[in-house]
Amino acid sequence: MSDFGDALALQIPRLRRYARALTHDAGWADDLVQDTLERALRRRWLFRLNGNLTAWLFTILYRLYLNEAARRRARFVDAADAELPEATATGDVALQLDIRRALAELSEEHRSVVVLVGLEQLSYQEAAEGLDVPLGTVMSRLARARQHLRALLSDKTAATSAHLTRVK
Amino acid sequence: MNSAPIGEIDLHAYVDGQLDAARRADVEAFLALHPEAAGEVQALRAQNQALHLGYDGILNEPVPLRLGQVLQRRRRPYGIAAGLAWLVCGLAIGWSAHGMGPQPAMRSFARQALAAHVLYTVEKRHPVEVPAEQEAHLVAWLSKRLDAPIRAPNLQPEGFALLGGRLLPGGSAPLAQLMYQSATGERLTLMVKRAGQVDETGFKVMEQNGTSVFYWIDRDYGYALSGSMDRSRLLAIARAVDAQLRH
Repeated sequence: MSDFGDALALQIPRLRRYARALTHDAGWADDLVQDTLERALRRRWLFRLNGNLTAWLFTILYRLYLNEAARRRARFVDAADAELPEATATGDVALQLDIRRALAELSEEHRSVVVLVGLEQLSYQEAAEGLDVPLGTVMSRLARARQHLRALLSDKTAATSAHLTRVK
Repeated sequence: MNSAPIGEIDLHAYVDGQLDAARRADVEAFLALHPEAAGEVQALRAQNQALHLGYDGILNEPVPLRLGQVLQRRRRPYGIAAGLAWLVCGLAIGWSAHGMGPQPAMRSFARQALAAHVLYTVEKRHPVEVPAEQEAHLVAWLSKRLDAPIRAPNLQPEGFALLGGRLLPGGSAPLAQLMYQSATGERLTLMVKRAGQVDETGFKVMEQNGTSVFYWIDRDYGYALSGSMDRSRLLAIARAVDAQLRH
């Protein structure tokens, strides 16, 4: 494998996390990662040496995701959280499910910016390039997205504890 | 204070580490005087931590075979749908690899170790130390995937506790990455691969953007220890690792 191939291989776990946070569908997520790797190999000459490889790959993956999401939306209605299990767990596991469900409910625009900055720790500038929007848009969108996520999350936590109280 | 007033966007940028030192100091002064803003900062941090809790487990999942194969396929240009260009390219690569000793391979291993160190030590969350029984499980799992028994050195005397490990797809064989952390949050990673029957080497060093890696071969294994710290300190730890793992 070339050095570029080696460099790509190391990115796979990061790409899988990003794809899963966008799709909440393990099979679809790995398809996206595979397509991203194939496209990156074909277009490696577009990658600037000393650029941020992770950010470049995230950009490719996000575009593939948007195309596919549009196609899927046309076919299914609301299949986004098909694989999300019911919230019956407790402690960290419950919070883990809550955050996944809450994130899955955000719009694509909101979800992607929260994930890129909050989870993947890209800079605002890198996120702006990856999402192909101006820097100011990233910042305002991020604030709205986090607010919405917080509201969804507090609803879920309340629902989970209400459920637990009922079970007791 | 003459600087611009602190707004919601500044609080986000503060939590995300996007401010320069001067603006950061402004925000910190503001937070000290405004508990509701400090609460907002706490809530934003909590949300980021929740995201890590939700998804970090995926980083440690074994990589599906097909994803590694995407990269392998390119390496075998005489495969199914390969064009002549790929064949020529492959011959050129093959020829250039011909005559190279293990040293270039080791340098490329060291570069991989550095890249993986940077990729997987960036997380600022507070990971938990791996409990003893889980450590045994982790080491057994990595050994199985590498198809060679490996051990996790005990670096407590050097002030580092084992945080966890992951398997990364390497060029020809998988790589195991063990991560350690000190009480002050410094991170070390030890990359291990099967080296095949290659001569032992002494410690070699490579550096990139403030992160150093010491790498060496001991019989069947290649090791690379990476960290963003003083070289002499990292070398001392590398010697400790080598002393423990030497057969």
